[in-house]
Amino acid sequence: MIKRDWWKFLSGLLLLYAICFGFFVGIPDTMIHETMRNLFFHVGMWFGMFSMLITGFIYSLRYLRKFDETEDLVAVEAVNVGLMFGFLGIFTGMIWANFTWGSPWVKDPKLNGAAVGLFIYLAYMILRGSIDDVHKRAKVSAVYNIFAFFLWIVFVLVMPRLAGDSIHPGKDSPPVLPMHLEPSMRVVFYPAMLGWILLGVWIMNIRVRIRKIQRNIEY
Amino acid sequence: MLFAEIKFLVGKEVMLELKQKYVLNGILLYLVSTVFVTYLAFDNAITPETWNSLFWIILLFVAVNGISKSFLQESAARHLYYYTIASPQAVVLAKIIYNLFLMAVLSLLAFGFFLLLMGNLVVNIPLFLLTLVLGSLGLSSVLTMVAAIASRASHNFSLMAILSFPIVLPLLATLMKVSKSALNNMDWSGLTGFLVILLTINGAVIALAYLLFPYLWKD
Repeated sequence: MIKRDWWKFLSGLLLLYAICFGFFVGIPDTMIHETMRNLFFHVGMWFGMFSMLITGFIYSLRYLRKFDETEDLVAVEAVNVGLMFGFLGIFTGMIWANFTWGSPWVKDPKLNGAAVGLFIYLAYMILRGSIDDVHKRAKVSAVYNIFAFFLWIVFVLVMPRLAGDSIHPGKDSPPVLPMHLEPSMRVVFYPAMLGWILLGVWIMNIRVRIRKIQRNIEY
Repeated sequence: MLFAEIKFLVGKEVMLELKQKYVLNGILLYLVSTVFVTYLAFDNAITPETWNSLFWIILLFVAVNGISKSFLQESAARHLYYYTIASPQAVVLAKIIYNLFLMAVLSLLAFGFFLLLMGNLVVNIPLFLLTLVLGSLGLSSVLTMVAAIASRASHNFSLMAILSFPIVLPLLATLMKVSKSALNNMDWSGLTGFLVILLTINGAVIALAYLLFPYLWKD
């Protein structure tokens, strides 16, 4: 068990560590005070969402190569978990934004990118719902997923850098890594991010297994 | 070979359009009446910013309306016939090229009506026309692909809107940025990045359509 599921224990331990030390670790005294601790949670949602959506994209590509139905199940569940992280990321972001910028939603390319991502993947779910045939659904939604993922990446990663009018941090660094982080915070930040990603993989794993069982019951 | 097929299929699209003139006339009337309604609704409230936003929003709706029929005009049996005689790449490229012509005509007409009703607020006309060309190409390629996806599902009219609006946003946001600059000044500097983005999106969408459409075509 430990040999196969060690990463699940690791995820639990890392998140436990992040939740405990996230509230103890020394943070620099900035204008946003203690809310800086939200970094360990809000950015974690973004990491989780991103890794899940990339997984969904890869499995959609794999589906189009082999037409194996299991790949499609992984793709849809990865997107489902990605959507969950996306909503949580927006909620944690709203709490933070309300404190930092004085309003839960501000007009900003990064925030818009996150919202558009949710629209795109909610539409993916509606598209799946409107096709009855299993193989056709898998194929058409895989095509949409690949197509939409590319345009969404352009929107969230390229446009905010080009427009240069984002007030959201993380513009000068690679996509999501806050490079100017205090060393004391890094000790919590990186393990926390790994923990959230592993948690996402774990939830996805459980949901795919449920789907497989449901499929076998139906047949 | 591919080129000859595309040429033939574009000719077929033109013939089909001329045979069912009421469809084309419907789109033209839709365009004109929408522009007229906004002209009345935005009485005395037209600034360069609203001019720009209205123009692109109207063009987006016209494009969605005009292109959503791409794969619905002909019966499934006819599609099966094309499937046996033409390569899927030729089919999708021909549709994109035909829709590009359609969008170019429609966007020029929209521009003409805007000039007539709301006055000319465009300072840099060459830049604006360039935006129209790039915009027509982008809208036709993205929306043709979305129309192909939506045509595979049931209830596809509302599906066309929810699938295309979030996906088309990166393109539309860039177009609006460039055309806003054409409305404000003669300055071409600082736009290179946006024009590169537009060309990249257009090129990549056409490449994706070329690669992904065969999966939608084959049942």
